[in-house]
Amino acid sequence: MGKFDLLDHELVPQFRIMAKEEIEQLRKSLGVRKEDLPWMLKSDPVSKAIGAKPGDVVEIVRKSPVAGRSVAYRYVVPG
Amino acid sequence: MSEEPSEKAETKEETETETETKAKAKAKAKAKASASTKAKSEGKKPKKAKETGKEEPSKEAEPAQPLSDQPSPPKSRNEEILDSLLAKYSLPESLVVQLKDKTAGLDLTADQLSRIVEETNSAYIKALIEPGEAAGTVAAQSVGEPGTQMTLRTFHYAGVRELNVTLGLPRLIEIVDARRTPSTPTMTLYLDEEHRVSLEKAKEVVARIERIAVENIAKSIEYDMINSSFIVEIDAEVAEDKCLDLDFIAKSIEKLKVGKVSVEGNSIIISPETTAPEKIKRLRERILDLRLKGIKGIKRVVIQKEDNEYVLYTDGSNLAQVLGVKGIDTTRIYTNNISEIAEVLGIEAARNAIIREAFQVLDQQGLDVDIRHVILVADLMTSTGKIRQIGRHGVSGEKSSVLARAAFEVTVKHLLDAAAHGEEDALEGVTENVIVGQPVPLGTGIVELFMRFSKDGS
Repeated sequence: MGKFDLLDHELVPQFRIMAKEEIEQLRKSLGVRKEDLPWMLKSDPVSKAIGAKPGDVVEIVRKSPVAGRSVAYRYVVPG
Repeated sequence: MSEEPSEKAETKEETETETETKAKAKAKAKAKASASTKAKSEGKKPKKAKETGKEEPSKEAEPAQPLSDQPSPPKSRNEEILDSLLAKYSLPESLVVQLKDKTAGLDLTADQLSRIVEETNSAYIKALIEPGEAAGTVAAQSVGEPGTQMTLRTFHYAGVRELNVTLGLPRLIEIVDARRTPSTPTMTLYLDEEHRVSLEKAKEVVARIERIAVENIAKSIEYDMINSSFIVEIDAEVAEDKCLDLDFIAKSIEKLKVGKVSVEGNSIIISPETTAPEKIKRLRERILDLRLKGIKGIKRVVIQKEDNEYVLYTDGSNLAQVLGVKGIDTTRIYTNNISEIAEVLGIEAARNAIIREAFQVLDQQGLDVDIRHVILVADLMTSTGKIRQIGRHGVSGEKSSVLARAAFEVTVKHLLDAAAHGEEDALEGVTENVIVGQPVPLGTGIVELFMRFSKDGS
């Protein structure tokens, strides 16, 4: 049996750390600051698994019962 | 059915080709080419041939065709056109799938398809929530009203399952209050390929996780006043069933470091160093509660068969430990302890778990609450990266406005604190403005003049 990878779990959606330019683009299209996005802690197991640092923005692709697939973002904060 | 509509469609299609975008034209040209070849080969049925498109798997497709085309799910002509049309709009995936499903097999021209997509898009835009809509209030009402109809009792599963899980309003309150541990923690464990099909293998896994303490296998425990020692009589049958032998038990007890341990027949004799009645009493508890095997917190495991696989339900939850046990499908492991999920799988998983748990509670009671309301609650609870309860110590208690907090609970304390600290209220929220008698920032009232002093708005 392989080692447990939490990113494989059915409750955990797909995560991706966004590039600087992408964040800028996102910020413009949403008209909000990075800090206004929902947060994710640096100590979150997923942050550790994907290596996200405070200041990063992660793109989350969720399976949604209503929309099929929905994209959300979280801003990584210290803690 | 006459062939006229099909012919009409075809001529229409032809006249349109000039005005269409390159991508569409290309897709269509491809489709047409195949359609015409098919029409030739199949003679009388041009419509049917076109409808099936070139790749759609159907009985009528020539045996050679599936081989020549790509093996992945084949795209019909409609689908191809839809794809090029949909690129313009940002429709949610579920709508796209529905569009494709409904149009599949229908004989539609590109123009008709594009109008369908346009119509869908405008209906979608109309259905979107408008800026200024009180989504939170609507969600609160939508969850709150059915909540009044929920039963207060926790009911027991009849028969086989033997596990009692809190349901109904108490459970919903537990979820929303973000309690550290639910009153009835339980896990659902799916097994890996090797263990899921046979009962024997499933039992092996149970043996690995079920917590066995001395009290579970002891027939009796007595304190012998004369020799000042404990006599623990082990139920040999039970012990054997749980794969434990006396020596192992004795050794485990020895690790408690309470005194000499010896085995005599079916009994284990422990001679503690102290004789103080108080300590003896406490010692008795410690011995009985000693974990011999299994995982801390997992009190009982029930095996159930669910469509060809064995699933384990546990009484008690310990996600972090159970993850390490061999034989468990770690991608589907589930617990109703949401804070455990947040700890081990992260905040997004916890969000999903909140939605799942809360929706399940409402669903079991036969209450038809739209899942989007539940999703909003979960989003709010997890927006800071930690699970916050909805209530005094969480969402409601962390509002920036003094008046809004005072309006919720413990009014005097908030007003007093605010006065002592010289707090100000910017009157930005709904509650504050209701209190002072101003128009609330909701609906049309949300529009305000807004100036940016720097270009980038930071």
